[in-house]
Amino acid sequence: MQLPDGLVAVVKRECPTCVLVEPVLRELGATVWCQDDAGWFEHEDLELELSYRWNIETVPTLLRIEDGEEAARVVGWSREQWEGLTGVTGLGTGLPEHRPGCGSLSVDPDRIDALEARYGGTGLGSRRVELADLEDEHEAMYDRGWTDGLPVVPPTPERVLRMLRGTPRDPQEVVAVVPPDLVECTVEKVAVNAVMAGCLPEHLPVVLAALEAASADEFGLHGLLATTYFSGPMIVVNGPITRRIGMNSGVNALGQGNRANATIGRALQLVVRNVGGGRPGEIDRATLGNPGKYSFCFAEREEDSPFTPLAADRGVPGNAVTVFAGSGVQPVVDQLSRTPESLARSFAACLRVNGHPKLPLAFDAVLIVSPEHGRLFREAGWDRDRLVAEIGALLTLPSDELIRGAGGIEEGIQERLAGVELPKFRPGGLLVVHAGGDAGLFSAIVGGWVSGSTGSAPVTREVRT
Amino acid sequence: MRTVLDPTGERRTAERELLPRPASLRGRTVGLLDISKPRGDVFLDRLEELLTADGVVVRRYQKPTFTRTAPVDLRHEIAEQCEVVIEALAD
Repeated sequence: MQLPDGLVAVVKRECPTCVLVEPVLRELGATVWCQDDAGWFEHEDLELELSYRWNIETVPTLLRIEDGEEAARVVGWSREQWEGLTGVTGLGTGLPEHRPGCGSLSVDPDRIDALEARYGGTGLGSRRVELADLEDEHEAMYDRGWTDGLPVVPPTPERVLRMLRGTPRDPQEVVAVVPPDLVECTVEKVAVNAVMAGCLPEHLPVVLAALEAASADEFGLHGLLATTYFSGPMIVVNGPITRRIGMNSGVNALGQGNRANATIGRALQLVVRNVGGGRPGEIDRATLGNPGKYSFCFAEREEDSPFTPLAADRGVPGNAVTVFAGSGVQPVVDQLSRTPESLARSFAACLRVNGHPKLPLAFDAVLIVSPEHGRLFREAGWDRDRLVAEIGALLTLPSDELIRGAGGIEEGIQERLAGVELPKFRPGGLLVVHAGGDAGLFSAIVGGWVSGSTGSAPVTREVRT
Repeated sequence: MRTVLDPTGERRTAERELLPRPASLRGRTVGLLDISKPRGDVFLDRLEELLTADGVVVRRYQKPTFTRTAPVDLRHEIAEQCEVVIEALAD
């Protein structure tokens, strides 16, 4: 945007310093653009394009333009500086020596994203889709197959730019190669989907980490999507970031109502759907699915936990996510146990049915221990390893009870495995997390999917901020 | 008019022509790919019987696990050795 040679100023009428220097500008014959009043000077910049393109941060800004280029700039009012820039002496007689200016409207936090989207070299690489005035934007996005069935926030360039402020990472950096279509997914594409999911910018680093974790080879996301089984990625978040972004690890931690929990999990699912191409009825062949496939994300309750944080236990201390192939929530009721031994037996009895009571070594599980249950272990000095070991001992099962036909149930393991003992869970196949509200002698089991190297292994990744 | 950014991977699927269907399998080499689902072998054993009786040369292959796509080497091997492949997809 060309400026005429000579003296050029940008002002706004709301700024007292601009009002103060009005006579000086008129005396100098400067060409003046005003940001908020089209009638004050001969030019207006109500759209703020000039202010944006010339990086006006303060008003008044006085420029000396030579051959279309900026030769000098001063901001605010300073007699000495104005005289130096203009070469005119005795300016503004009767004015104070100097007076600071005001913020330019073009750097107003409420406007900067829109200006950047409209005039900036945004660096955004995504295809721009124009929606007609008569199109309902929610219907338009549903019709294009971009949603999970619920309304999404329209990913305008302004919103995506604002979302990208949540991470220092380059928008074009590839975060992960996303199954099933094995598409390279950039930070920008994650941001677009995070906007749609309803995320705030401060949620974005967690979404990025969750996507990295879910796309790791050992997580087996392709098969997890394609399976007829129930599961989808469940995200457990650890570290101080959970409190900073307002995640819920307490009352109703697995339920609705918390924006961070709801939208982070949803954003991951939308990336898988839109970027990876994993859509239900197409590659996603789940017989029943589970409601957690809309979103399944919560924070571990690290305070008053009997256990070290899950991610730290898995080698990633601090801010981190752990993804698990979760297939739904099974309640564990035990209101009478007053010893850790008794409660561990209840847990084991409920965990035995994970998938099917006659199928050992088949599916992983996450045991989510509530605070009232956790208190028993904390007071008895049981850590996670102790609890897992106790449950492991209780769930070492005689294979004769598990073979096909045993108990009048055809489902089971092959007969050649008779006469031995088999563990219900593979080593590392039972995860323990602490979460939930203060009251309630209930815990929860989230069953997994085909476990380990033949299926999905849980993956933990650092959240980079 | 409002502008939104495309949330998809913006991939264009490559379209490939189907190979001509063979009129008969007699004398041809047919690969049977077991994806390692339980009892997939029962289905493929029976298919092998029927195909062999029809004069088909049968070769058997197996994926390491049904939860992952077939390794590229396995796909290459099948493509090199067979004219037709039949995949047993489910339990």
